Amino acid sequence: MGLTQEHDLHRRRRSRNVGLGLVLAAFIALTFGLTMVKISQGSDMQGYDHTYQLSPRHSTNPSGAEAGQ
Amino acid sequence: MSDIQADIAVQGGGTGEAGFGDYVQLLKPRVMSLVVFTAMVGLLVAPVHLHPVESLAAIIFIALGGGASGALNMWWDADIDRVMRRTAKRPLPAGTIQPGEALGLGLALSGISVVMLALATNVLAGGLLAFTIFFYAVVYTIWLKRSTPQNIVIGGAAGAFPPMIGWAAATGQIGIESVLMFLLIFMWTPPHFWALALFMNDDYDKARVPMLTVTHGRRATRAHILVYTLALMPVALGAAFTTIGGPIYLAVSLVLNALFVIGAVRIWRRREDAAQADKYAVEKRFFALSLAYLFLHFMAFLVEATPWADRLAELAHWGAVTWG
Repeated sequence: MGLTQEHDLHRRRRSRNVGLGLVLAAFIALTFGLTMVKISQGSDMQGYDHTYQLSPRHSTNPSGAEAGQ
Repeated sequence: MSDIQADIAVQGGGTGEAGFGDYVQLLKPRVMSLVVFTAMVGLLVAPVHLHPVESLAAIIFIALGGGASGALNMWWDADIDRVMRRTAKRPLPAGTIQPGEALGLGLALSGISVVMLALATNVLAGGLLAFTIFFYAVVYTIWLKRSTPQNIVIGGAAGAFPPMIGWAAATGQIGIESVLMFLLIFMWTPPHFWALALFMNDDYDKARVPMLTVTHGRRATRAHILVYTLALMPVALGAAFTTIGGPIYLAVSLVLNALFVIGAVRIWRRREDAAQADKYAVEKRFFALSLAYLFLHFMAFLVEATPWADRLAELAHWGAVTWG
């Protein structure tokens, strides 16, 4: 015979499970949103530190020769 | 009542069967709300603007870091919290969450929040958050709180970092503006907490926490409140002359500082028997004012960062020319 009467313990356990589920879902949504933003912004940006770094294809000196040579 | 029900009733009474709300309480939601607000202001008043999703993520992870340090604080301070009236119903003293759970949650959230903030914004912001958690959990909670009456002066730095982290998240730098926002909270913390200690002294006494009221007495505490309030004034007013300040902030700050100094002088001049007679009414009013003081200063920063600030300044200029 199973337990038919709901106790406060069951309510607490359910609130914990539902709360954790919602937190994880929110975390996934936030990480997904961040990834989309980073990808859409990141054509000329390398890394994640907002430091603007030119990629090799944007180099001002494509031949790689040193100045003055 | 059957045996099974009796067993369940005992478990529900405090052997770690916590609800979701108990874990939220472990993160000190009230402190988190202050962290969220000041970090958000630091982020929004910065000259560089992040994408809204990045801003949201930054604020969430800064808040999570604040919550993590709150959990670590509750883990270490469970013995003190059990004794103090104000904190006796927290999840650890109440027995709904076990100490190991609090430690695990605090450490896990610390790691997640620091790494995610660094990934979402930049390494400086993540590093500052890591330092803040370390400062609050180790320097303040484990070391200073039980060893010196200057505990909240130095420990107050932990609460002062969030706007600096918000600023760093947006700009990748630490500017004079973020240092002034830090100093504003840092200098505000001692008078705020010492006013609280004046009318909650019994709690700290019982818990053997060396608050200034316990170690040096109430007269010395009243003098300290006045000194720190006077030292706070130039910091608050000085911010008006940086890029985050302006005429609206200056006006708000002048009024608030005048009220704060008047309140501090009243506290300083109070005799203990008079304070006891009216149940520390002046001290309680000063404590409430201190909350408004910080909130309105940061609101003024926020207003200065909006286009309304320029409109209001134009209106004030027009009024001065017309009637002046």
